[in-house]
Amino acid sequence: MKVRVLVSFKDSILDPQGKTVKHSLHTLGYDFVDEVRQGKVFELELKGISREKAEKIIPEITDKVLANPIIEKFSFEIMD
Amino acid sequence: MKFGVVVFPGSNCDSDTLYVAKEVFNQEAEFLWHKDHDLKNSDCIILPGGFSYGDYLRSGAIARFSPLMKEVRKFALDGGLVLGICNGFQILLELGLLPGAMLRNKNLKFLCQHVNIRIDNTDTPFTLAGNLGQVLNIPIAHFDGNYYIDNNGFNDLNKQDQIVFRYSEPNGNLSKKSNVNGSTNSIAGLINKNGNVLGMMPHPERASEAILGSDDGRVIFESIIQFINREKNLENPC
Repeated sequence: MKVRVLVSFKDSILDPQGKTVKHSLHTLGYDFVDEVRQGKVFELELKGISREKAEKIIPEITDKVLANPIIEKFSFEIMD
Repeated sequence: MKFGVVVFPGSNCDSDTLYVAKEVFNQEAEFLWHKDHDLKNSDCIILPGGFSYGDYLRSGAIARFSPLMKEVRKFALDGGLVLGICNGFQILLELGLLPGAMLRNKNLKFLCQHVNIRIDNTDTPFTLAGNLGQVLNIPIAHFDGNYYIDNNGFNDLNKQDQIVFRYSEPNGNLSKKSNVNGSTNSIAGLINKNGNVLGMMPHPERASEAILGSDDGRVIFESIIQFINREKNLENPC
């Protein structure tokens, strides 16, 4: 089972990298880009675990390892 | 007294720290390998600067799972002195022994320069030999030193007098310019509620001999040594 976990800064946290990317997009003329937030993607391959169990365990491992809950939020999708 | 300097793969200030403890201050000091389980009777554990595990995932995020860190956590919760310098500070935050988190520097640049930090609390084992408001000239070298804590957390820090160092001008004034990395309230170093775990971004071990440009970092080592020796004298009078 493939799971994609998306980690990004919470809305309350400034993201200077995203801002810089936005700025360079504007420089190229794409000035309709109103906001850029940069994050990380993790692709996990799980085996020997039910979909139901995965849905429970992924928030746990994300909180423990993949993200720092003080500054980051996450979402995930089970791909198959 | 004895310092224990923890070594992770990617630590690069471990030797400097050990050198300062041993050669500059004539104290006992030993490396502690991150895979071991033994703190070797150290009185003060130092998590040195560097790039443990290549800063993969987040700075300090992987190092906290090292076997030795279980012992360090226990030691800290029992009141033992733990000093985290730079990457060591980041590890203490990831471990949850100190509150808050590190973000990338506000200008997105790796900063390697001397800065001024003001001592805002001398009632700690790490600063007792200093003076309140004293300004220290100490180098920093980091990418992720932009300290973040939310409003509630910040109020807590203030209430408990946990902010120990702030980036400042040479005269001690705080300014936007002196807050080089954009940290909340110019915070350069803070201590836990129990007053035995300190994290700081500047490198006192790189400022312990005048020939290297500044020996202002000595006050941190001097404080620790005084504190431990005083405790030992209390344990064994005469």
